[in-house]
Amino acid sequence: METTSVKPQFSEAAKAEIERICKQYPPERRKSALLPVLHIAQAEFGGWVSPEVQDLVAEVIGIRPIEVYEVSSFYTMFNLKPVGKHVLEICRTGPCMLRGSDELTAHLERITGAKVNGATSPDGLFTLKEVECLAACGFAPIVQVREKYYEQLDTPAAVDAMLTELRNQVHRPALPWEETGLPNVLANN
Amino acid sequence: MGRKLLTEHINVEGIDTLEVYRKHGGYRSVEKALKTMTPDEVVEEVKKSGLRGRGGAGFPTGMKWSFLAKPEGVPRYLVCNADESEPGTFKDRQLMSKLPHLLVEGMITSSYALGANTSYIYIRGELLYVLRILEKAIAEAYAAGFLGKNILGSGYDLDLHVHPGGGAYICGEETALLESLEGKRGNPRNKPPFPAVQGLYARPTVVNNVESIAAVPVIVNDGGEEYAKIGVGRSTGTKLFSACGHLNKPGIYEIELGLPVEEFIYSDEYCGGIWKGRELKAVVAGGSSVPILPKELILKTAAGEPRLMSYESLSDGGFVTGTMLGSGGFIAMDETTCIVRNTWSFSRFYHHESCGQCSPCREGTGWLEKVLHRLEHGHGHMEDIDLLVSVAKQIEGNTICPLGEAAAWPVAAAVRHFRDEFEWHVTHAKEAAQPGAVYQGKAVLA
Repeated sequence: METTSVKPQFSEAAKAEIERICKQYPPERRKSALLPVLHIAQAEFGGWVSPEVQDLVAEVIGIRPIEVYEVSSFYTMFNLKPVGKHVLEICRTGPCMLRGSDELTAHLERITGAKVNGATSPDGLFTLKEVECLAACGFAPIVQVREKYYEQLDTPAAVDAMLTELRNQVHRPALPWEETGLPNVLANN
Repeated sequence: MGRKLLTEHINVEGIDTLEVYRKHGGYRSVEKALKTMTPDEVVEEVKKSGLRGRGGAGFPTGMKWSFLAKPEGVPRYLVCNADESEPGTFKDRQLMSKLPHLLVEGMITSSYALGANTSYIYIRGELLYVLRILEKAIAEAYAAGFLGKNILGSGYDLDLHVHPGGGAYICGEETALLESLEGKRGNPRNKPPFPAVQGLYARPTVVNNVESIAAVPVIVNDGGEEYAKIGVGRSTGTKLFSACGHLNKPGIYEIELGLPVEEFIYSDEYCGGIWKGRELKAVVAGGSSVPILPKELILKTAAGEPRLMSYESLSDGGFVTGTMLGSGGFIAMDETTCIVRNTWSFSRFYHHESCGQCSPCREGTGWLEKVLHRLEHGHGHMEDIDLLVSVAKQIEGNTICPLGEAAAWPVAAAVRHFRDEFEWHVTHAKEAAQPGAVYQGKAVLA
């Protein structure tokens, strides 16, 4: 796995959100907060969870680091390597395939210059990932970018509109636990 | 026009707010249950309604509730399964994002019936934006006194939380979901013990699908007997179907169970027919795990009766000439669909999503994907077709959880009904491997 040199720290707002989440479970069951806290960590630290970030997650929850590693490697939403500014998750499962997800993937590869195997485009803007079923089959083909679904991407115009919107996004959207509500610049931007 | 019990107000402006939701009769079931009914009476109404689990298994909800162990002094839990990930199924996402208070209301009334003082909604991680919508609705419900301590002065306390997953289809299986909710990998547990005895944190737990819980307010308001009058036979009430694939109007439709399949596909009120004026070739009626049926068998049963959208009619003929209602993920395929390619795509999904705990599933799903890949890409042999059936058989029934069957059934059914298409992929390998190539023959009717 890749490493970073400085020990990461959660923002105060994220710390408060993590404590709120931990209180949702019985006191002796803080480990239950692991998945929600990993989501927060990934959003705070540039879209991926480095080993150091995972150690920090273990520390704030009060569990052993191995308990975090075995979970982060099981669930597909957690990126264990650095990613571009926007991670495009392209659904490729049956219903999306019937409505043209193969063509969409080829089109996105051509435009961004990234391969769909989790690679990042040369300009660092886009990481392309293929994912299985996003549960929006009636609006196929679909791409998910962070918390937003882009649906019915069956025309070049619809795809271009999505990419233009993402390219123009200088700041990432505010995250719910950020007190100020003001957008922050992405750490890896 | 069929009656709509869950989605009647889904397009009302502001229905996601407590104020508008209440104006349309929201939270009446909480008031009725907590003020005038005992928990057992609520369970009794759900039993009378005949409601069957809407997540796919179709097990009677009231009966599931009555299995819940109730030792004194031990907490018990209600967990809502909102981990919808079966290809073709996308009803819960729409229901939760547009009508969040319906689920919250259902959770409160159901938790009261079960005597749970803490309940969780486990939602798939991809739907973080829906999680935020639900959290907002929950905050409103707390502020209005529908959640928290001593709800409506009844002496009943309830805390409700939403918990996100991390991207794993297997977490839709109830015991894998509970493992995941405990902060672990989503590996299904051996049963018994069943969750009703040892579930979340080894406490008695009921796990119900979103749509099942959303039906509870209606049942409590109108009475179980009224609910049971809707539908046909043991398929009572309404059901959400999520229609996708080659349809003119894909989307989510609430229907009264018993609607003819033909009407669902072709009438303008529902799917509006097959897109681009093409012919229907096949349908997967209940999510990717249920057996695929060729046009002739999805519109009519083997006996020539019209096929209905109900548990019994869809499964008429067993797996030889029938299928399952499942989760209601209705995938239509037109005449240009390559069945081998589609089956390969489903196998890739199940291979990817196998948790790897049991060898037959871990290895078998990989075999299925590999063999289908070579058939689709022009490197298949005639023996491969029987090999697929043999591997599917060896997975089926030999795994801890039903993901094994979910992977095996679609493959076995595709070979059963479209064997000549698989054979064509061997005899015309080069031609079949071309993008967009489709076999023009007829489906084999078993």
